[in-house]
Amino acid sequence: MAGNADTGHGGQRVRQPAVTVSGLRKSYGPLEAVRGIDFAVEPGEVFALLGPNGAGKTTTVEILEGYRKRSAGDVSVLGMDPEHGGVRLRSRIGIVLQECGIDPFLNVTEAVRRQAGYYHSPRPISEVVSLVGLGTKANDRVKTLSGGQQRRLDLALALVGDPDLIFLDEPTTGFDPSARREAWGLVRGLSDLGKTILLTTHYMEEAQALADRVAVIAAGHIVAGGTPDSLGGRDTADAVVRFHLPDATVPTDIPVPGLADVETGHEGEVTFSTSDPIKTLHELTGWALDRGVHLAGLTVTRPSLEDVYLQITGSDEAKQ
Amino acid sequence: MNSASLLANEIRYDQKLYWRNPQAAIFTFAFPVVLLVVFASINSGQSSSTLNGVQFNQYFIPAILSFGVISACYSSLAIGLVFRRDAGILKRFRGTPLPPWAFMGGVIANAAIVAIIQTVLTIGIGVAAYDLSAPRHWGPFVLALAVGIATFSAIGIAATVWVPNADAAAAVVTFPYLVVAFISGTFFPLSSSSFLTEIGRLFPVYHFIQALFAPFDPRRGGSGIAANDLAIMGIWGVAAMVFALRRFRWEPRRS
Repeated sequence: MAGNADTGHGGQRVRQPAVTVSGLRKSYGPLEAVRGIDFAVEPGEVFALLGPNGAGKTTTVEILEGYRKRSAGDVSVLGMDPEHGGVRLRSRIGIVLQECGIDPFLNVTEAVRRQAGYYHSPRPISEVVSLVGLGTKANDRVKTLSGGQQRRLDLALALVGDPDLIFLDEPTTGFDPSARREAWGLVRGLSDLGKTILLTTHYMEEAQALADRVAVIAAGHIVAGGTPDSLGGRDTADAVVRFHLPDATVPTDIPVPGLADVETGHEGEVTFSTSDPIKTLHELTGWALDRGVHLAGLTVTRPSLEDVYLQITGSDEAKQ
Repeated sequence: MNSASLLANEIRYDQKLYWRNPQAAIFTFAFPVVLLVVFASINSGQSSSTLNGVQFNQYFIPAILSFGVISACYSSLAIGLVFRRDAGILKRFRGTPLPPWAFMGGVIANAAIVAIIQTVLTIGIGVAAYDLSAPRHWGPFVLALAVGIATFSAIGIAATVWVPNADAAAAVVTFPYLVVAFISGTFFPLSSSSFLTEIGRLFPVYHFIQALFAPFDPRRGGSGIAANDLAIMGIWGVAAMVFALRRFRWEPRRS
């Protein structure tokens, strides 16, 4: 069931999904890059395909963009088969590819205007240029832009045709943290415009920050799906409690169920998990207050998206 | 978006890109003109024994014009396409609603414009400075030029199939042409009985030079249309076009 990422949008009108993928497979010679995946992207949603390099993310997205033919399965993008969608489909999608140049001798405005000429009702050029934060670079040649600025121009080119659906293939790879945060702001802005966004990334924080729903893909399979908060059951997983034992105490001194048989780690660090963190913490801190001792470094954590992701993708790679 | 305005738009941007790129402007545009001036000045006033006393420049100027046209339509076009393929620019175009024919039409028309400017410049300099006698009828010359532009553009597009990446482009595209250019009589007339000339006749460059020279050849009567030469160029052009339609790649080769 992990492959079926359909959570449904309760209460909404029944609308056709922007993208549906079922039983999709793609082989390159003897290598099977995508091994039967299913998901659907609802209109207006930000959907992330999350996975390590080589998992099949780009292959999947390039099939949806019409660049590659699938080996098996059914896909539909805005109600069309991307293999035969042609000009009609491409006039309604925007594409940000992983590595994709722009003619270096045009300036920013010219590059956007040239692209705008390919669409029936493009957005205003200057509006798009300032939306991606290149207002002050409007008359600069593309070859003088930094990597991050070229990526913004990429986004402007994907956006100028006013598409319904935007594909972003690893849009922030190679960005420094502040550039990444700015890019996230741009993507949220697109989402606020009502665009449907299909994003691939290998950054957990990116999926967490942007996506309404996530499908984790590893070795050509979807291995988990859901909202970023519930992925892999992390919302219901046991909490992990960690603290350092006060001096001259051993775990058995503390009257908390489950603590008696834990091992003590470096400098008296104790780590244990509990399915009921509220009760456990109450007992633990009550004991500390009664005894007047300090619980150094006390933390309570849920598994992070990264923990879940590493666990899921790691176990899948182990199967290979 | 109607087809004519799409194509006009492509040509406009391709022209901007061409003239703003110093490498293209110098190597493919200025270089043939410099060659013309240097060779024509050295041989000014001399007659060619190979051509039974015809003035050297009467042959050389149409011949060196082939170099300018081929630089624009074959070398520059092919290297430019490979560069843009490697940079992912062609892949980007494939993801837009721009039809492939319009993109390619823009590229070819851009090369044709450069070739026509070369032609006007070369023939103009020839007539003004090097005693080139103009043909009685320009029709056959214009026809040869048109067939040359079409043929070498097709070969240029086809050539990109063999070029693995942008680093290799100049070598893979230009080197074979330079060898063929020498044995086709681009820089001086060749004796028709030599072994190398026989090999040169297999390639379209020789026939293009013959077709450009025919209207200027004072020994020649009739229309000045070199029908056989044009036909051989046509065969090369059609073969290259068929090959390109089947094998042209829009995406960089993955390592």
